[in-house]
Amino acid sequence: MSVTVEFDNVVKDFGPVRVLHGVSFALEAGRTVGLIGENGAGKSTLMKILAGFETISGGSLRVNGQAMRFASSRDAEAQGIVLIHQEFSLAEDLTIAQNLFLGHEKKRGWLLDDASMQHESAKVLAQVGLQMDVNTRVKQLIVAERQLVEVARALLRKARLLIMDEPTATLTPGETQRLFELMAQLKADGVTMVYISHKLDEVKQVTDEVIVMRDGRLVAREDTHSVSRQQMASLMVGRELSNLYPPKAPHPATAAPMLKVSGLTVPGWVEDIHFEVHAGEIFGFAGLVGAGRTELFEGLLGLRPRSAGTIELQGKLTDLGSPRAAARQGLTYLSEDRKGKGLHVKFGLRENLTLMALERYAHPFLDTNAENAALKTAVDDYGIRTGNLQSSASSLSGGNQQKLALAKVLHPHPKVVVLDEPTRGVDVGAKRDIYFLIQRLAQEGLAVVVISSELVELIGLCHRVAVMRAGRLQAVLEEDQLTEQEHPLSRRLRRAPQPLG
Amino acid sequence: MIGLVLLCIAGTWLNGNFATPDNAMNVLTRTAFIGIIAVGMCFVIVSGGIDLSVGSMAALIAGSVIMAMNALAPVVGSPVMIVALGMGLALVLGAVFGLAHGLLITKGNIEPFIVTLGTLGIYRAYLTYFSNGGAITLDNDLSDVYSPVYYGSLLGVPIPVWVFLVVAIVGGVILNRTAFGRYVQAIGSNEQVARYAAVDVDRVKILTYVLLGVCVGIATLLYVPRLGSATPTTGLLWELEAIAAVIVGGTSFKGGAGSITGTVVGAILLSVISNILNLTSIISVYLNAAVQGFVIVGVAFMQRGRR
Repeated sequence: MSVTVEFDNVVKDFGPVRVLHGVSFALEAGRTVGLIGENGAGKSTLMKILAGFETISGGSLRVNGQAMRFASSRDAEAQGIVLIHQEFSLAEDLTIAQNLFLGHEKKRGWLLDDASMQHESAKVLAQVGLQMDVNTRVKQLIVAERQLVEVARALLRKARLLIMDEPTATLTPGETQRLFELMAQLKADGVTMVYISHKLDEVKQVTDEVIVMRDGRLVAREDTHSVSRQQMASLMVGRELSNLYPPKAPHPATAAPMLKVSGLTVPGWVEDIHFEVHAGEIFGFAGLVGAGRTELFEGLLGLRPRSAGTIELQGKLTDLGSPRAAARQGLTYLSEDRKGKGLHVKFGLRENLTLMALERYAHPFLDTNAENAALKTAVDDYGIRTGNLQSSASSLSGGNQQKLALAKVLHPHPKVVVLDEPTRGVDVGAKRDIYFLIQRLAQEGLAVVVISSELVELIGLCHRVAVMRAGRLQAVLEEDQLTEQEHPLSRRLRRAPQPLG
Repeated sequence: MIGLVLLCIAGTWLNGNFATPDNAMNVLTRTAFIGIIAVGMCFVIVSGGIDLSVGSMAALIAGSVIMAMNALAPVVGSPVMIVALGMGLALVLGAVFGLAHGLLITKGNIEPFIVTLGTLGIYRAYLTYFSNGGAITLDNDLSDVYSPVYYGSLLGVPIPVWVFLVVAIVGGVILNRTAFGRYVQAIGSNEQVARYAAVDVDRVKILTYVLLGVCVGIATLLYVPRLGSATPTTGLLWELEAIAAVIVGGTSFKGGAGSITGTVVGAILLSVISNILNLTSIISVYLNAAVQGFVIVGVAFMQRGRR
């Protein structure tokens, strides 16, 4: 038995803000539907209504022909509708089996029936292809394994309609492939799926049809095979997407390097790394998740212990001991983990923007007027879309939060800026803005380091790209070696990683 | 704030003596000790920390200061000089104890709850040891010179109330208008983000404990002339009263956001409650702690949606 769902003129308000303006469509049983749109288009909100995490403000939702108003995710699960969140909702200190049955424990009388829960957990883990003891604690699992546990949990709930919100955002290509195989198997079993993703090539690969949302409205519904990725992107943004990447500026003449790193070793992560970045240059770091790119720069900033290596900033030998020391000497770092390390989401925009350059506003009392003026300028310069300058960072959509985070690390006027996954979880429109911004920074004479897991992005943006694998620098590719055919890069990446010796 | 006003109206209605200036000054003077400590505590809690030792710390500082002043009496001629030295010592000891907490918590990487739970026992045990289980009493001549610091007044307002006011204003300005205050909030809100944003997290955290230690020193130097002695029960449960004042004042126990004004109002509110219970006979004075407890839980209940 499959589930059919009809949205009829669904409206959702958050306080005075209307985020869904009457959305109507039906999901047919057994089909896989891609739901795409820019950040803030209302995809996640709509799916949260379907899965019982949000209540509907107007219109109606019918499941199997019956009008429904889910009061909780439990009600939705009773109908076979399960949402796998963008952020995981697993209890780290519990075991896989305990997580799988969390809130739905099996009991024998007053006591938990552990034997039967472990037995069923093992069965469902086998089904998703996770070979692991059900008594392993979740905190010992890597991200991809946690994703599979989430899917297993959905299966245990007898999901007939599975909603996946950005399931591959943190997966490696191999892990993504495994998830797709599992999805194919579920589809064969007649499970209806909704697939939310910014990665349009994946949407193209796994879905039967795509639904495009923009500004809280449904703008298009097409068979997947009849639209190209380019058309999908244009539909999402609402205008023709001219070139995503800015034209490359000529590689700057090789003056003395701004940042020169020699023989850097971060024990357990990276070994003997050499590279240099020049003023006006965009220098990319390619590699798989776990290749040690983030750890390299965390070591550089003094956030992880270094055991060897020297760092030269603007020709001077320095010993960076903390992000503070680095910022003082003109090097700032944008973390890949926006909510955990990048922004204070509960703080206002102003407090976030000026945090790294607060000395400038303290004489010795903080000059709030100057801070507000700086915020106004930054909002214009970086194209941060917000209705209210006094609102908190959490009220911004993902793309705008990322622009704010960028404005923040650039606020101390660094000479070298390291951007770790600057476009992660960001929609196409915001991506383009960020690419043009990076280009502008380089033209203004900054040395820019971009770490990214998207090869296309590095090829489109960078002058030179360093390839890292298993903690070592494999090669530095010059501009003429960077082509859309991505041959040298992807070949180097796909070679099986060797453990650090 | 509204609660405090309502409580004052209720107090006036229940007992004519409540609304007299004398009683108001009396309440404020009694609030001063806890209030001053609560201002320091507010910084520690906003930064995401906690200090359980402030009551014991106050007792040990009081005992040490009295012993030092008594010892100086035959050596230094001027009693005023001795009192000034004693007051200085109170501040220095407070800062040193706070620094020790800060270093253990940041460089030693130990939970603040554990560190200060340990020092809570250590400080009080040393005071009990020094006083031999009894009282450490200030020399009579010195006591006479020192007493105006507690009993004196300026423009009709007792000295401790003035000091409380100054500490509160300075605290408010530091928390809301300086880079340090912003860093304190940033660390309490999300320590990782603050560290990545080039904030010197360890230094700021240590400074919050030093600041609290200095506040305890100030409270103690006002407290010593009140009784002129320190006993093993001096400052008992002050830590809980100070923490309660901060929380009743609307500061999030998880850190990140807090208000000095709220803390001051919270401290006054709690002592107004006990004052009203003392003046009226509707509820037994023995239930004072219970009424305060109901207020703390009630306030937390009303604020739970705002986090």
